[in-house]
Order: sequence, then structure tokens, then C-alpha cells
Amino acid sequence: MQQRLARGEAAALGELYDRFAPLVRSLAHRVLDDDEAADRVTKDVFSHVWDNPGTYDPKQGSMRSWVANITREMAVDRFRRTEAEAYEASGEGTAEELEQKIRQASAAARADYIVRSMPTPLWAALELAYFRRRNYRQAAADLGVSEDEARRRLRLGLQLLATADLRAADGFPPPGSGRTR
Amino acid sequence: MTGPQDGDFSGRGREDRPAHPRIPGPRPAADDLAPSAAPRHDPARDPARDPVTVTGPAPDMSPAAPEEPEIPREEPEIRRENEIPAENEVPARKLTHKVLTSLLGAWALAACSAEETAQVEEHLTECAPCAEEALRLRDAVGLLHADRSLDLDPLLRSRVLESCLGRRPARIPVPDWAAPYDAETARLDALLRDFGDAEWHAPVRLSWFEEERPVARRTTVAGVIGHLMTVDGLVVGSLGLDDPLGSGAPDDPTDRTELFWRTATSPPTRAVHEPWREQSHTLIRTVSFAGRGVAELSVSYGDFFALPLRDALLDRAFECWVHGADIAEAVSYPYEPPAGAHLHRMIDLAARVLPSALATRRRSGLAGPARDLVAAGAPGRSLRLEVEGAGGGSWYIALDSPAALGSPERSVGQIALDAVEFCQLVAGHVSPEEAAAGQEGDREAIRDVLFAAASMSRL
Repeated sequence: MQQRLARGEAAALGELYDRFAPLVRSLAHRVLDDDEAADRVTKDVFSHVWDNPGTYDPKQGSMRSWVANITREMAVDRFRRTEAEAYEASGEGTAEELEQKIRQASAAARADYIVRSMPTPLWAALELAYFRRRNYRQAAADLGVSEDEARRRLRLGLQLLATADLRAADGFPPPGSGRTR
Repeated sequence: MTGPQDGDFSGRGREDRPAHPRIPGPRPAADDLAPSAAPRHDPARDPARDPVTVTGPAPDMSPAAPEEPEIPREEPEIRRENEIPAENEVPARKLTHKVLTSLLGAWALAACSAEETAQVEEHLTECAPCAEEALRLRDAVGLLHADRSLDLDPLLRSRVLESCLGRRPARIPVPDWAAPYDAETARLDALLRDFGDAEWHAPVRLSWFEEERPVARRTTVAGVIGHLMTVDGLVVGSLGLDDPLGSGAPDDPTDRTELFWRTATSPPTRAVHEPWREQSHTLIRTVSFAGRGVAELSVSYGDFFALPLRDALLDRAFECWVHGADIAEAVSYPYEPPAGAHLHRMIDLAARVLPSALATRRRSGLAGPARDLVAAGAPGRSLRLEVEGAGGGSWYIALDSPAALGSPERSVGQIALDAVEFCQLVAGHVSPEEAAAGQEGDREAIRDVLFAAASMSRL
């Protein structure tokens, strides 16, 4: 894919979009919570990838995690700009609160990526327990696994998710690189 | 998981935590947050009733805490003194440290029994590593977010691609004549992406017009994608690529589809999605490299019909939209018509093929006789086709011979209808008697053209 993009193959750009647009759009939306801004970030991300396919290094992880990182950075940048403007205009809030908001937005994007990259069995257990309010025994029955296994999946799923809430928000690639579900 | 993050939890960033953090109960489930949810005691929002206070050392001071996010199945037995010495000396329900630890995820999600919750919370007051993990997992629950599976605006794709190509033009562009196929396959792919098994097996009614009457056939969503894939395979084969039905497969689209449905070992499933998509990507890629050289390559649709590749791909784009709409209807999703410019080209293809379709019907005695044969390329008797709405335009359909030129000067009448309705007619979804909002002039010519349009439909 990288070579095809570098060669300037428009069909590769289309395939790249088809493969990653749902991820990019969803991460951007999670950070910005705004349709139009998320669309714009989506456009910026694909423009960046199309203009700079050579900056992807397969040794550093999957193309998927690379694209996710670019998205998170661009979305957080935009969020920072928008929030800083709002802060300057209104004079409300403190710089610390601004930083806090940005950290939260960044963690939210990480969490989204982790959820999307999480092994399906873990996500299925979390979904049952959190969104469908099943207790772990019911979840075990639904999934056809032992209660021990259900507890293990819920705990492991949350442990993976907890890695999103990093203090040093920027700089790490999202965990779970390369796996998709 | 990656290394640096593991170290992060025990090593840093905890300075703002109180030495004896109070651990609120588990987070509420998603629907507790909805105003309509039944009122339930929510400890997370009610610190006054928060029952648990950690009394052990603060997490940072605990050297014993193993912080591998990959759960070790066997927990280190770090609080042995609290454990049950023998079964008979304590109530049998007292849980071991190992079990309590394994319950932390379920506890954070409020997914264990009241008895277990009480035991976990009691344990948290005396076990610092578990208390630290409990806090962390409970915070993680706050990061769960309804996967709203945001519908991607299908028009965003072309906007994004145009913007990219405007900045850095492609060295190997997708030919303009392949753009409708590229757009329609991408649109259908996006629709299919979020389908679960139930949707893949949803019944779909395919209808078309055959032997002067509407006919229908039932299949499933997966069956429709198999149909699209096998007929796209005609174009694939003409480019010298591997025909999905193997060599020696028939050219006729209906025969091909029947062969696919018949020879499939079991009813088609979602497994057909990937091969269909991969084949469409391969097609687009191949014509991009081949460029103008293959635009006029002949694609045979059986013994009596062939189209140049550029038109064959347009026909496939049309079918992809029509069947995408069939699928969307079957699962109650909205599905818009193609972009106006693409719709226009599809209508133009139908208008160009109409004189041949009419001639075929005439040979079978289904259309009125030719009235006035002219030399090839000369203006012949014509019917004006006025198509309204996005993608619309005016066409003159030569009535007496495909070789004649449709011309305004020799127009004998007119039909006017909406662009999408015209396409529905060509797809065999509306009958010729019911189509056409406005008609004037030669009634036989009008009837012949409407029936010829419907006769172009097929499975």
C-alpha cells in the first residue's frame, strides 16, 4: 500500500480511504464531538498520508496505528486551537482546565482506538456488562464461557482500556497496534 | 501491551492522589446515565454514602504491585495472611484473594452479585494493590463510550479524494469512466460494513421485467453480493484476470448467477463480502494501470450482447446502485441515488442502448414495424426522452434502427420522467405502463420505447 501511494496510484488512495475512513472519522469525532470538524480532520489526515506516504515506517507498527496516531494528533491539535480560541474569547476557565480538557480528549481517542483494536472476545464481554447491563454470570452464559473466563475478560478488557488514560498523553503509539477486529 | 505504559502506572503521576484514596463504588452502566433509566442508587455520584475507604498504604508506596496489563492467570499470593486457612474454619462463601482479584473488572462494571461486591469492597480496604487496580479499572469504565457507529457521509469520500488529488495529482489516475463504479462499490461497501449476520441473511426480493411482465426472485443480502460479484466477473475475465467462477464459465449474467447460487455448497454468507470488495478494488486498479488502452475493449454479456469496457463498468455501477438499494430496502436503511454526474452517465448509457433493445423486440414481433429506414448515421425517426432532476437531460431515441441517428428534427413525440424513475424503469422495478409522468405524440413509439427500456432489465 505504501509503495502504491508513493507511486501516486489514485486507486490506492481510494482503498486507503475505504479501509481507514471509519476509524479516522470516529477518532476525530470522539475528540472533537462535531461533525463538520471531524470531516475536516478526516480530509486533513488523508491529505497528509497521500502527501507523505514515505513517513510511514512499517517497523514502528501497522499502517492502521500510524493512521490512528496522525488522526489523534491532528484532532487534538484542532481541539486545542478551538478550545484556546474559546478560552481567549470568553476569558472563562483556566489554562489548567484547558490542559485537562485536552488530556481527556486525547485519552478518549486512545480509548476509542483500543476498543476498536481489542480482541473481539474482550470487547464482547465488556459490551454485555456495560452496555447491556449483564452481570458476569449472565455474560458468561451469553458467551458460552466459564464464569472464571468472563471475569478474566472483563478485567483484561478494562486493563487494556486503562492504558489510554496516560498522563503523558502524546508520544506513545496507541497500544494494540496492528490488531483489528 | 507495550512496555512504557506498564511502568507508568507504578512509577509516576500519582502525586495528586490522596494517601488514602476513597474508592467510590463501581461506575453505573451505560443506560444508567440516561434520564429515563430507573432511579438506582449510584454510589459514584453520592460521596456521602460512599462506603469504602482504603486503609492500606497508598498505591505508590506499595512495591509489591505487579502492573502487567496482561492478566497473569495465577495471581501472586501477596496477602496470604488474609486467606482462609481451611475450609471448615470459616464460612464457605468467603472468597479467596485470587477470586477477589479476578472480580475487579466485574466489580468496576457493577457486574457482580451484591455479596461479591461487598466482599470485594471489604477486601479493598485491606489490600493496596487491589485497591489501586480497582481505581484504575473504574476510571477505565469512564472511557467506555457507546460505539455509535457514526454513519459516514457517502459524499465525504469523493470530497476527501478530490481534495487529496487536487494537492498532489495522481500519476496513475482512476480513469474518469471508472469513477461511477468506484463510487458505487465504495458506497455499497460502506453500507455492508456494519452488517451483522442477521442483516447478511435478510431476505431480498430482486425484481425485473421479463416476457412483458414483472418477475421476482428471492435471495438474501449475501446472495445479492454473490450475484454482483459473479457478474462483475465478466468484466474481470475480459481483462484477462481470473474469473471468480473459473474458466469456462458462461457469459450470460443470469446463467452466471444461477451457476453461483447452485454450486455454492451452502447459502452464501458474509464471507462473500471480502472477495466481492477485493475483486472490485482489483478491477479499479487494473483499469487504472491499463488506462485508455482498455476503454474500448469488448465485454461479452452472452451471445447477443456486448459492451465496450467503459460502458460495461458503467452498467456494473448501475447494477451496484440498484442492488444496493434493494439491500438497503431489505434492512430498512436509507440509500440515496448516485451523484448527479454519475446518474447522468448511467441514463446516457441506457439511452444509447435503447435503439438496440427496441430492434431486438421488433425482431421478436414485440414492437411495431420500422416505419422509415434511413442510411446508417443519418437522422431517423426519433422519440425525445426528457429526464428531469439531478442527472437528467434530453436524449433523442432513434426508433427504426440502431444505426440511425436520433434527431430533434425528426422527433415524433416525447416522454418526460424523473431521473430516478427512469432508472427504476430500466431496472425493471416499475412497469412500462406505470412509468412516465408525461407523454405526448406518437403513442406506438412511446409504448415501444417504454417497453424496450423495461426489457433491458434482468436479474
